[in-house]
Amino acid sequence: MKIWLQILILFGSLSLLSIGGGNSVLPEMHQRSVNDYHWLTDTQFADVFAISQAAPGPSILIVTLVGYKAAGVVGAFLATAAVIIPAGALVYLVSRFWEHAARSPIRVAIEKGFAPLTVGLVLATAYVLGRSTEHDWRSYLLTAICAGVFIFTKVNPLIVVAIAGLVGFLGWLG
Amino acid sequence: MNEQASFVQSRGITPSLWNLVWTFNLIALASFGGGLSAWSREVIVVEKQWMGEEEFLTASAMCRILPGANQVNLAVFIGAKFQGIPGAVAAVFGLTLIPVLIVLGLAVLYFQFHHLPSLQKILHGAAAAAVALTLAMAVKTGKKCLHGPIPMLLFLATFVMNGVLRWPLLLVLAIVGPLSLIWAWPRPATK
Repeated sequence: MKIWLQILILFGSLSLLSIGGGNSVLPEMHQRSVNDYHWLTDTQFADVFAISQAAPGPSILIVTLVGYKAAGVVGAFLATAAVIIPAGALVYLVSRFWEHAARSPIRVAIEKGFAPLTVGLVLATAYVLGRSTEHDWRSYLLTAICAGVFIFTKVNPLIVVAIAGLVGFLGWLG
Repeated sequence: MNEQASFVQSRGITPSLWNLVWTFNLIALASFGGGLSAWSREVIVVEKQWMGEEEFLTASAMCRILPGANQVNLAVFIGAKFQGIPGAVAAVFGLTLIPVLIVLGLAVLYFQFHHLPSLQKILHGAAAAAVALTLAMAVKTGKKCLHGPIPMLLFLATFVMNGVLRWPLLLVLAIVGPLSLIWAWPRPATK
């Protein structure tokens, strides 16, 4: 019971805090679920992140996995509902007003002003996740190469993830 | 569906609840390995022609700004546009139900077998790529909006506070958010 409540409160609040998309709250999610609640280890967190990125559907489904690890299947569904419903309700309300506010200063300011902030949050996510895995120089090299491929080519990310998995399987990451 | 349509414009179609569930389910399943937003546009604007290009882009921008996962938000927005609250629920169900089951299946396998060294190694490699994907997203979106010293400063401040110092997100937003709005607030008399 207590853990269900913790799940609802944690993911419900992360839902409303995740400005700029689900990835922006990953550092906070990591802090709470790994360091505070000890639902999973550092390495497990990085691994469920990889699973949720590679699997189809929204990558926010990492919460399904964290919820599952914390409290089984019930935890998984509670976490998923908690992360979707508050933000979804807000989107619904705002979408009613937004159409009428096309030229208002607040809309212009939010669209322009929050962009740099959002990029900062996304980079913070990459930084925290990069440090949470057992990254040595070989892993950093692989990350750098993959990032180059993602930035400069249009290769399907799934192919890159699969090749990176193969590189790991072959033991080249130590 | 196969009318002689050569322009990418809204056809004035109102999809049913079942249409919404099924279409968002297809979008989700196509996105194995990522690229969900690209798939959304492909299906909603190009294939189904439920929305025009501009309307879709505005909706995407709004869903990016608001809290919540961008693609879940977009499903709420599009579902609500056509069928109100039931439509929003239908679209979100379509987008998440099968993926939740897939992800759960993978999780059960993972926590059952993660002690196997080979699976550990595969995930180690895949995690390095997933970090790279996030890094690439920061670079790509950064190139579009980090022009000039002030946006650069707002970006760096957010990154250092949230990423390096690990300050709580709410505190970071309370500090950087108002500064961002002041910077971006449209100046009058520039028409």
